[in-house]
Amino acid sequence: MSTTTVPTHGSRPQDTGPGDAESGAGATTTGGANGTEPPAPGRRERHVSPKKLAGYTVLIIFAIIYLYPFFIQIATSFKSDPQATAHPLSLIPNPFDFAAWKRMFGLTSDTSVPIMTWLGNSVLVTVIITASRVFFDSLAGYALSRLHFKGRRFMFMALLAVMSVPGVVLLVPKFLIVTYLGIYDTYAAMLLPLLVDAAGIFIMKQFFDSVSVSIEEAARMDGASVFRTFWSVVLPMARPSLITLTILSFQGSWNEFTHFLVVTQSPELRTMVTGLASLTSGDLGSGTQFPLKMAAALLTTIPVAILFFVFQRHFVRGANEGGEKG
Amino acid sequence: MAKRKTGIHAGQGAAGWVFTTPAIAVLTVFLFIPIVMALWVSMTNWTGNVDPFGGGPNATFVGAKNYTALFLQDGLARSNFMQSLGNTFYYVLLVVPLQTATSLLLALIVNEKFLRGKSFFRTAFYFPSVTSSIAISTVFLFLFANTGAVNGFLKILGINGPDWFSDSRGLLHMFFGLFGAGDNPAWGQGQIFGRSLWDWLSGPSVAMCVIIFLAVWTTTGTFMLMFLAALQDLPVEVDEAAMLDGVSPWQKLRLVTIPMLKPALFLVITLGIIGTWQVFDQIYVMGKGAPAGTTMTPAFLSYKTSFTSNAWGSGAAIAFIIFLIIVTLTWMQRRLMRDDKTPGRLRKAIRASSLAHSNRGTGPTS
Repeated sequence: MSTTTVPTHGSRPQDTGPGDAESGAGATTTGGANGTEPPAPGRRERHVSPKKLAGYTVLIIFAIIYLYPFFIQIATSFKSDPQATAHPLSLIPNPFDFAAWKRMFGLTSDTSVPIMTWLGNSVLVTVIITASRVFFDSLAGYALSRLHFKGRRFMFMALLAVMSVPGVVLLVPKFLIVTYLGIYDTYAAMLLPLLVDAAGIFIMKQFFDSVSVSIEEAARMDGASVFRTFWSVVLPMARPSLITLTILSFQGSWNEFTHFLVVTQSPELRTMVTGLASLTSGDLGSGTQFPLKMAAALLTTIPVAILFFVFQRHFVRGANEGGEKG
Repeated sequence: MAKRKTGIHAGQGAAGWVFTTPAIAVLTVFLFIPIVMALWVSMTNWTGNVDPFGGGPNATFVGAKNYTALFLQDGLARSNFMQSLGNTFYYVLLVVPLQTATSLLLALIVNEKFLRGKSFFRTAFYFPSVTSSIAISTVFLFLFANTGAVNGFLKILGINGPDWFSDSRGLLHMFFGLFGAGDNPAWGQGQIFGRSLWDWLSGPSVAMCVIIFLAVWTTTGTFMLMFLAALQDLPVEVDEAAMLDGVSPWQKLRLVTIPMLKPALFLVITLGIIGTWQVFDQIYVMGKGAPAGTTMTPAFLSYKTSFTSNAWGSGAAIAFIIFLIIVTLTWMQRRLMRDDKTPGRLRKAIRASSLAHSNRGTGPTS
């Protein structure tokens, strides 16, 4: 198999062809489509072509549009309320004001924004859901890809059907079931429905479909049980896909909003995201409090941002490794 | 592979079930059964304070009444629903072309081999797509606040920015106003589903424009990556042949690249349409439908009708109507896709991306 079939959200296109090195530098050495410039030797060194200039101009304008809001967000979180209103565009707070951050971390007498509770809940649900999804999704994906049992085909079709249900349709259904089971407004209601996700199972099944069976069969010949083969032989091979699944699950559960919105109501069960939403939509206290809101939004963004920047490169490498193995 | 009861396949039947049981249990209990329950509730007048399946005056079976009322019965339920449909119509009409054009433009430039730092730009454009929709909406609330960054910027240009989030004026109404059409003119009095023609023709409100901008801003990164995948799948030979034939870059784009990107274009547009029907998080944070209901979407209306107004039957019915709309759109996409020659790699990227978003309540437009 020449290519991996690890479908990764957004990462796949980054597994670019030859010539698109990580930095983009050196991209002109390979690949056939570099010759849009007239073949005038040395021309490039002498002056910047209008085309190049136009390209960079567009890229830089868009980069500003896409990144400036984040810089404003960071700067505003270090401003005082009046300063945020008076100088919304400035990127350097003058003077620096740490009131928003102090208040968030409970260093003032105002406890109306219990960030530590939200943060704790977010970490808790994210860790449990991610671990559970990685384990159960790969178990089910493996079974659907490799194990021969009655009902497998039907199960796969059902999985595809389930996947096509859009999340916004599930608000009322989710509320109904957790109320019916008597777990409304508990951690159980927050966690149980998210322990497995259909898309993750599908990703893992696709991956196992792409990997040769010979190694597993050798293990099975040696008398290893199905689970032992899965755990010690198959899972280590699936590392690239497991990383992808981990990232998707982490991002999904950290950013989850609608599910927690409909199955809980207690302030003690708020996560960063639902807490931030209650803060922003005005349930907590009065006034605009923009520095506080920006700081809370920043804190909500940081974990996923770190994950994104750290694993971007890893994504590419992981996908390539999978390809060579397969 | 033939099924065997002995040899290396021994014990697989049992193992298959054991391995899939956790997944089946969760998906059945928390997805399949709840949908059936909601389908029942959508056919009752349940008010939320008794057992929804117990019958009685507060949970009576009413058949399709909740559904028909949304279309045929004069009243608040219908006028709200129709307004949300009208809002979404303009939302889709603006977001889909804008996000498609922007992401294609960015992909074409980032794909140019002679530019440096493309990894940085790719990351910059994609970053908004991975962050929490709630956090992003919060930032936009500040950017577009009365005294926020956008109005601050407009002031530098000498423009007095509007009060974005409380401005319910429709763009088309403002446009008609330029030609002297007064408020609610005689020609706009005809009723369509209980809503006057004039109201249908409002265009997106100023407040909705902020959400449209937000949607385009957060989705272009994902779609840009899809176009990039497609661009890298294009055969190099065609590019070279075009070059040798001496066509201009613009001709090459119009006559070679765009036609070859057709499958990707088509998919991005369809995914965009599907995603735009699911906006929820942004609406929740940015005014919950205000001002004057001009940012209300069907998804948020379903939530509000159920959880705030306690008309659970009607709210559930709206949810199933959205479901039907999205399933129809998905089905059309699948059908049109079946025969085309989308490269496997692009297909995979798109499938993965749509999957990653499909369970997140907001769709690719998150």
